[in-house]
Amino acid sequence: MTALLEVRGLRVVFDGFAAIDGLDLTVEEGELRFLIGPNGAGKTTLIDVVTGLTKPTAGSVRFDGQELVGRREHRIVRLGVGRTFQTATVFEELTVVENLDLADSFRLPLRSLLRRRRGVSDAVAAALEAADLTALADKPAGVLSHGQRQWLEIGMLLVQRPRLLLLDEPVAGMSRSERERTGELLHRIAATHTVVVVEHDMEFLRKYARKVTVLHQGRVLREGSVAEVQEDPKVREVYLGRAKGKAVT
Amino acid sequence: MGALANQLPIGLSIAAVLLLIALGLTFTFGQMGVINMAHGEFIMAGAYTAYLLQGLTSQSFLIALPVAFAVAGAMGLLLEWALIRRFYGRPLDTLLLTWGVSLVLQQLARDLFGAPNVQVTAPGWLVGGVDVLGVRLPHNRVFIIALAVLCVVGVWLYLTRLPAGRRMRAVVQNRELAAYSGIATGRVDRFTFLLGSGLAGVAGVALTLVGPVGPSLGTFYIVDAFLVVVAGGLGQLRGAVLAAVALGFLNGYLEFWTDASLAKVLVFVAIVAFLQVRPQGMFVVKGRALV
Repeated sequence: MTALLEVRGLRVVFDGFAAIDGLDLTVEEGELRFLIGPNGAGKTTLIDVVTGLTKPTAGSVRFDGQELVGRREHRIVRLGVGRTFQTATVFEELTVVENLDLADSFRLPLRSLLRRRRGVSDAVAAALEAADLTALADKPAGVLSHGQRQWLEIGMLLVQRPRLLLLDEPVAGMSRSERERTGELLHRIAATHTVVVVEHDMEFLRKYARKVTVLHQGRVLREGSVAEVQEDPKVREVYLGRAKGKAVT
Repeated sequence: MGALANQLPIGLSIAAVLLLIALGLTFTFGQMGVINMAHGEFIMAGAYTAYLLQGLTSQSFLIALPVAFAVAGAMGLLLEWALIRRFYGRPLDTLLLTWGVSLVLQQLARDLFGAPNVQVTAPGWLVGGVDVLGVRLPHNRVFIIALAVLCVVGVWLYLTRLPAGRRMRAVVQNRELAAYSGIATGRVDRFTFLLGSGLAGVAGVALTLVGPVGPSLGTFYIVDAFLVVVAGGLGQLRGAVLAAVALGFLNGYLEFWTDASLAKVLVFVAIVAFLQVRPQGMFVVKGRALV
């Protein structure tokens, strides 16, 4: 296995506050990695930096040997890094299939942008299938339920054919059955992709995680299997010390 | 009754021109948050294009339409690329910037073509008119209305049917998500400017049918076009169409009953009153949408 994502000495400072403070992280090709940590640990900021939304103060992010820092968002997507957002974000005024088609379209040559597309590409059909949205293909995405939106967002990611997927809280706000279906989808995706998941839901973590990285105050606190992480006294202190009670139990 | 009905094609053709102008404004505002004060000068550029081309061939006027689109579009593209894109997220600065560009372009026109107005001779087939059920339909007015309808249908098809138009809608709805769908949003912005400015150029050619061409041609129409954008709801195709028609008629009929300056005052009063009731314009949408 080779390292697909290498983060070295990353620092992100917002108005004097270090959201990420000297973070090192390596994700190997083919891994399914969970990122956890209390609020403000820097999980989403890390994704923002990797995908080009936030410029780091210092440090480097290498994807398959190529430096990502300083590249524009769509360039990073075209290199093969895709992300979802905490709040399921889709183009609400476009239909489900149009959403997927749009995510597929950056591979189109320029001239075909002015030609009407008929039918759906194989990638779009496969994503519709994977997200279980085939029946809703021609409905505007705005009418979808929260869970369906998350799946559509993941489907949009899949049609981009990324090598690395960064999922920001994919089961937040989902019902139990929706969470289970998302977990199954996640495992199917992880069989053929490298996936990094930010997640708060401990039940989901225990059920579907293999390797976990715990972030705290912008640094890596602990890395290991779910059991190892749960037994670590430092991790327990960080979580239990918080009033909000996102306890590792 | 006859005189009143005769105002119909005039009101509609004013609405048509306003709509062509407002489309560009509403797109650039909806997508990039830019209030482009230099938009009126693209109208002027289109009108002078028609002036320069006239007499070259027998069909100069028809040729002027695509050429004006290209000339004004290229100017818009250049303005976005050279200046505006460096000012995104700073609406007040872009306002000042584009106002300055507008003054420079007007002076440039004065230097190139002279301060006095010039005239574009309408082609023979646009002179005169027909009477339908006692209503006089001047050819030039009917042509302008048809031109605007054609442009709006074209824009609508572009936005809803083509991948390029879908990208534009995607950027308007959610710029961040669009970028993460692999769309080069900067390029989409530039193309939107080209499209909007080009339509203003076409409007400029249409205006040569109903009046003289001068360096300050754009300033006469830009305010009304802004009113269309505001009343129609920002970044909205449907709203812009309705607002343009309403404003065109209001203007036409009020001018007919009173006089030009009083009509303007009454139109402003009507818009202020309307915005009191519907501050978001005609259509209130949750997200932003173009269609």
